[in-house]
Amino acid sequence: MIDVDSISKNYGKVSALCDLSFKVRKGELFGVIGPDGAGKSTLFRIILSLLLPDSGKVSVKGLDPVQDYKSLRKIVGYMPGRFSLYEDLSVEENLNFFASVFGTTVEENYHLIKGIYQQIEPFRKRPAGKLSGGMKQKLALSCALIHQPELLVLDEPTTGVDAVSRSEFWSMLHQLKEFGITIIVSTPYMDEASLCDRVALMQQGRILEVASPQDVVDNFRGALFGVSGGNMYRLILDCRDFDMVETVFPFGEELHLSFKDGGDHRTDLHEFLKRRGSDEVSIRTIQPGIEDRFMALMATS
Amino acid sequence: MEASSYVINVKDLVKKFGDFTANDRLTFHVKRGEIFGFLGANGAGKTTAIKILCGLSVPTSGFVEVSGYNVKTQSEKVKSSIGYMSQKFSLYDDLTVFENIRLFGTIYGLSSGEIKERSADMLSRLGIEEQRNRLIGTLSLGWKQKLAFSVAVLHRPKIVFLDEPTSGVDPITRRQFWELIYQAADEGITVFVTTHYMDEAEYCNRVTIMVDGRISALDTPSGLKSQMKCDSMNDVFLKLTRPN
Repeated sequence: MIDVDSISKNYGKVSALCDLSFKVRKGELFGVIGPDGAGKSTLFRIILSLLLPDSGKVSVKGLDPVQDYKSLRKIVGYMPGRFSLYEDLSVEENLNFFASVFGTTVEENYHLIKGIYQQIEPFRKRPAGKLSGGMKQKLALSCALIHQPELLVLDEPTTGVDAVSRSEFWSMLHQLKEFGITIIVSTPYMDEASLCDRVALMQQGRILEVASPQDVVDNFRGALFGVSGGNMYRLILDCRDFDMVETVFPFGEELHLSFKDGGDHRTDLHEFLKRRGSDEVSIRTIQPGIEDRFMALMATS
Repeated sequence: MEASSYVINVKDLVKKFGDFTANDRLTFHVKRGEIFGFLGANGAGKTTAIKILCGLSVPTSGFVEVSGYNVKTQSEKVKSSIGYMSQKFSLYDDLTVFENIRLFGTIYGLSSGEIKERSADMLSRLGIEEQRNRLIGTLSLGWKQKLAFSVAVLHRPKIVFLDEPTSGVDPITRRQFWELIYQAADEGITVFVTTHYMDEAEYCNRVTIMVDGRISALDTPSGLKSQMKCDSMNDVFLKLTRPN
């Protein structure tokens, strides 16, 4: 559905995107995962024909965003990062407006948005600017879907949204997949990667890896250990002082720790920490997560 | 434990806006040097409560004491004893690193000697002495956030309030940020954090979850998980805020 072939984009001296290539399959829920400033929005704007790359080629369902921008814009739905509907129009007016711009009617494609729109329909006369964050998000998604796009592009739809609305939003995306819509969605939150079919991990204008969430995690090399007990800050400092330790990162109630040769030196570390006065330390082997892998990739890139 | 060993004492806090009860009889205590997570859905009443704790708003009824001062009668003393940092506003982009430090240091009443000494110490701890005269706007988000935190504790407050401090930063920077938090807590500063991201809640010593203006849970992350029979804080949160 999307073929991105070695695109680069600079803003003056700043390199926003550097030689990116990847493909998104038809019907896929594809995540672009990376922190602020990774280049996610720039990438999406290029795919959407809203921005020209400095070099490289993009094709969306065989269409070139530069040459064929008119036909391309008919088959894509876009939800930008900032709420961009008309705040002084009502819920219903916004939806009708977007439908008529694309030469369709709300009735014609109601089946697509039904599950989402029904949740905000009681407020259809309310100005969009007066909706809560979660409701704005549902309206924006309805408006992006009302012309039955083949590709849905969602730029950080869950940023700043509470955990309940986030989880609802992801289940809406899984329902949309059932209609065969291809979805590309960006997020700075690593835990959302597991909800995608495949993900591209991005950092500073580069792609670190493209793979299924399971493969991302499976590609983590070496053993990883969870260390906990006592004062967390002291524990971090003490672990760093142990010769064989490669990385130590706080991860909630535990530290994630790896050894220099990727091996298992638990017994030695335990002894070492005991000599430092930490008796109640527990060290266990753990399965790496997306963030562990992302950090390992950041360190080597 | 004696009530005086707590740096935040809240008893039966009620805040009403007209007929609407934003905070409904909140009661909790926070210990010195504790990392305390304050969670809740949008509109649960977190911001209202934080404004009261920071001395920016007064409770309708109930007792609230922060760093030993009553928020109703001693709000200026409350303000000078706390630090504050949020994701939305941290430092001025068009001032340099040092100018920002000097501005906030002066606002909190530090002498120019103290500012000089503490800023040198802070920049060397962060390992960015050579960035002293760079404009904040030219730094990466990660550095901005780490600096903003260090500036918020420059005047050695008793408590620092962090409002969604790490949204959008890369995972390595996020860990470095949490190390700064652990360091501050180790030095006796109490850390009060709000976040939408539940994995972040797992870093806290104790966590409270607000639902519809009330505190519906308060315990250690592992305590909450075993109590609610959940594997993650995310599941705990969903179970509490969306019981059906």
